[in-house]
Amino acid sequence: MVGVFFAYFALVSIVAAALTVSLRHPVHCGLALLTLLLHVSGLFVLLNAEFLWAVQVIVYAGAILVLYLFVLMLLNLKTDERYFHSSYPYFIVPAALGSLYVLFLLLQSPFDGVKGDAPATAILEGGDTYAVGIKMFSDHILQFEIVGIFLLGAIIGAIVLAKAPKAMGNAGSKR
Amino acid sequence: MVPLSAYVAVSAVLFMTGLLGVLIRRNFIIVLMSVEIMMNAANINLVAFSHYLESMSGQLVALFNIAIAAGEAAIGLAIIVVVFRGKISTNVDEMNLLKW
Repeated sequence: MVGVFFAYFALVSIVAAALTVSLRHPVHCGLALLTLLLHVSGLFVLLNAEFLWAVQVIVYAGAILVLYLFVLMLLNLKTDERYFHSSYPYFIVPAALGSLYVLFLLLQSPFDGVKGDAPATAILEGGDTYAVGIKMFSDHILQFEIVGIFLLGAIIGAIVLAKAPKAMGNAGSKR
Repeated sequence: MVPLSAYVAVSAVLFMTGLLGVLIRRNFIIVLMSVEIMMNAANINLVAFSHYLESMSGQLVALFNIAIAAGEAAIGLAIIVVVFRGKISTNVDEMNLLKW
């Protein structure tokens, strides 16, 4: 049963990624990206990561994608006649060959390593959110603070970049 | 039971698709969307290894990765708005303001 769900989520996310790259109209690309994000969140559920599923739906599908669609509607882009780069045939064949080789290597690899201290039964006992919270605020507290500072910097940077340049030029004379 | 290499294979295909999108698309917004596809591929990898190797750290790194993707989207779209305000299109070939 898990295999059926995995096949569905994997196939739909790959198709949605291909559509995101290949569709002509930017808004259609955004909607294909939404499909991709929701199906990747389904893969997270299959991996016992319910908290990441919620974060993926809220932050990616809810915030980032709305930002993309907002900018698309704001700029009202015209669709180009040639929407691919002029030299794209030179990239497709090496990319396809490289993907096939990487897939061949991956499907052969055993992927084993030292097991950590959080088996699936222990996570299911208290819930994934509990496990993530305990781990984040004990071992990864410094990274958490750094991400906070980073987001503050991103907010300030976006405001400074997108501010109208006229306001900056007249600031000295008007006041 | 789905093997770990299946998740890694899906992630590799998604990453290659995103990389192809960054290389061949000419619209800057679609290029940013392709970067989001690549970040999602990395997140699938991190969560899959976190599940199969029974360690929570992978999920935390995926969480920080989502936060960084949010910051990247905000800054990238602000740059697009600034460039588009100067009547330059969002075509990446015509964005050469800083070219020496």
